[in-house]
Amino acid sequence: MLGRRRTATGIGAGLFVLCAMAGVIGAAVLALLGAATAFENTDNALFTGYIWTVTRFTLLQACLSTLLSVGLAIPLARALARRPRFPGRRWLVRLLAVPIGLPPIVAALGLIEIWGRQGIVNSALLAAGLSEPVSIYGLAGILIAHVFFNMPLATRLLLAQLDRVPREHWRNASQLGLGPWTVFRLIEWPFMRGNLAPVCGLVFMLCVTSFTLVLLLGGGPAATTIEVAIYQALRFDFDPQRAVALALIQLALTSALLAMLALMGGSPREGGTSGLIAQRSPARGPASVTIDFALIVLSAVFLVSPLVSVAVSGLLADFARLLSETIVWRAIATSLAIALAAAMISVAMGLCLIRARYAALPFAPRHAGARVFRVSATGASSLVLLVPPIVLGAGWFVLLRGHVDVFALAPVIVVTVNALMALPFVMRVLEPAHTTHMARTARLVQSLGIAGINRLVLVDWPGLRRPLLLAVAFAMALSLGDLGAIALFGSQDVVTLPYLLLQRMGSYRTSDAAGLALVLGLVCLLLMVLADRERGRASGAEL
Amino acid sequence: MIGQSVSLDAATLEHDGHRMTFDAQIAPGAIAAIIGPSGAGKTTLLNLIAGFERADRGEIRIGGTDMSGTDPADRPVSMVFQENNLFSHLDIATNIVLGIRPRLSADAADLATVTAALERVGLAGFERRMPGTLSGGERQRVAIARALVRRRPVLLLDEPFAALGPRLRRDMLLLVRQLQIETGMTVLIVTHQPQEAADIADEIIFMDAGRTVASGPAEGFFEREDIPGLADYLGNGE
Repeated sequence: MLGRRRTATGIGAGLFVLCAMAGVIGAAVLALLGAATAFENTDNALFTGYIWTVTRFTLLQACLSTLLSVGLAIPLARALARRPRFPGRRWLVRLLAVPIGLPPIVAALGLIEIWGRQGIVNSALLAAGLSEPVSIYGLAGILIAHVFFNMPLATRLLLAQLDRVPREHWRNASQLGLGPWTVFRLIEWPFMRGNLAPVCGLVFMLCVTSFTLVLLLGGGPAATTIEVAIYQALRFDFDPQRAVALALIQLALTSALLAMLALMGGSPREGGTSGLIAQRSPARGPASVTIDFALIVLSAVFLVSPLVSVAVSGLLADFARLLSETIVWRAIATSLAIALAAAMISVAMGLCLIRARYAALPFAPRHAGARVFRVSATGASSLVLLVPPIVLGAGWFVLLRGHVDVFALAPVIVVTVNALMALPFVMRVLEPAHTTHMARTARLVQSLGIAGINRLVLVDWPGLRRPLLLAVAFAMALSLGDLGAIALFGSQDVVTLPYLLLQRMGSYRTSDAAGLALVLGLVCLLLMVLADRERGRASGAEL
Repeated sequence: MIGQSVSLDAATLEHDGHRMTFDAQIAPGAIAAIIGPSGAGKTTLLNLIAGFERADRGEIRIGGTDMSGTDPADRPVSMVFQENNLFSHLDIATNIVLGIRPRLSADAADLATVTAALERVGLAGFERRMPGTLSGGERQRVAIARALVRRRPVLLLDEPFAALGPRLRRDMLLLVRQLQIETGMTVLIVTHQPQEAADIADEIIFMDAGRTVASGPAEGFFEREDIPGLADYLGNGE
């Protein structure tokens, strides 16, 4: 579908990006493997005992988080589907998308303010006469935080599934007089079940690789996951041997999980949760109304309360003093620079891969090589998930240690890791948009002979502007909120907003932390709102 | 089972400033064909009678009883849609049993009813088959079988055979006619094939731009010249 020269450059650029990615990821993995063989004695009982405890806890918390998140998402999605019209429904459905773009460190701060020792929940429990308040630190806190992040995600995915039920099914159900339980058994459950395994897999994967939340809410070796243990081994205990062993275990875990996800049918299907399910008449009866709205209100309070808390305590912070500190401004500038660079690189890589896949399309039926290339170009973006930022960082840490000043290279490494991290999301935004765009314009452009800069200005930029901006905004939000790479490589010289926030929390400067969290949260939400508005208009782009 | 009359008296529905008004009288035990251009409101008319949509003004009566406060499940009607009439993960027998036992607690007598209904629509022995293994025409026969076991006096058909070929469509219409004769129910059928509908219908209702423009005996209906828009719709104008 492209001219010969464009096909060649397209495939060439794609190959270059693939090789670069393979180089960055492969070097880290090889460094880890090489280091593991270099260490002589790993049969230390204390050593293996610790690693075993950490691995077991990682899996345990991920299992429980998945069970709770999806277990709560099923009734919530059903309640939302059964109530197609109530004031605020659209806002609630939008609220479900907020945690995706919210920096984990900001959410953790809000959750601590609500559920922590001095939080509202514990105050209420104490007032009610309970002497042992809930502790946010440890397993309970990790679970609360993971439910806060993943329950809304699972709800959105399941709600989209319920939106897919043909209208005739609802009409048949109301005509046949099926009760709520029969409707659940015959319609709602079978439709949700189709997406349940991939949703569980996705949530499990996110919980296994969750770093920031566990770092802030976990406590001691008894509540530490592999990623946090790698960080502690490298930054506090200077024990590369332990870090390498843990990173390899994490790598094995994520590969097994990705393989399972692929067997279960890939990533969960998503559809437009437009919030318009006008075809379904609401379930009646006082019992179902009470249950549904109780669920909806409780979930809304659970999701909104940490956000409100961050906003309130952030506004109470001493901004005048905070903004007079040079380090704050430096952190803001560093964060924005890193985010912008990472977003640009990520989008450029994504575009190269997509163009290359498209360019190789005509050869796919005849050449096995073209097919392999097309598959690896897609696979590359999900292979990024295989190597979580901390593992990637640990690999490079081990590789560079002793040769150069690791911390001097921090900006480059953080930008690279963040760009790779955002790539799967960027691809998911750009690829469908690019496909529709090409389907609309490719033949026409060729027959009219529009090429070069004209094609870019007249056809491609207007057609792809929105998805491109959306991808940049999304990648920037992800990078701004990331604490994984910067936690390993941050220093007095390279400080980002989340890193500064972590430092202030660590030194109990709570008011500063609240102020920074508000700034960080607002910037990310703003980016997400912009992206969301663009998404509404960008055709074909689904997230 | 005996048919009941259906009457709409200035039943009015407003959709984003778009108004539809329905007036119609269908005698008990009659087959009425509803024709008209796309977007004229044919399906809306059936949805109003079935209770899937509520009229803002006016009256809908079935068998002389006002239906305004009655839920779809409690109205004396069954409706068959163009597609998705069956739950694809349930076998044919279970799909039909739902018509008698909404809680799916069927006994031997119910299963016998299902078998008899399947025989009547020409699908004897299909009980354990899954909907995905049936052709489009067969699936619509199952939907009609379910309507039969529900024994409701009024049957609403919303372009149920539009996706079928000419021969199959004619067979299905004949089946409807035959079942109507056996049961005496009142049948309303929305169709895009006016001539075929005329073959089985007693009455014809012509809709245009959200209004029931005219109705009358099928005999000679298409030759009438007093109905605005009809000649245009049939392509007989000029």
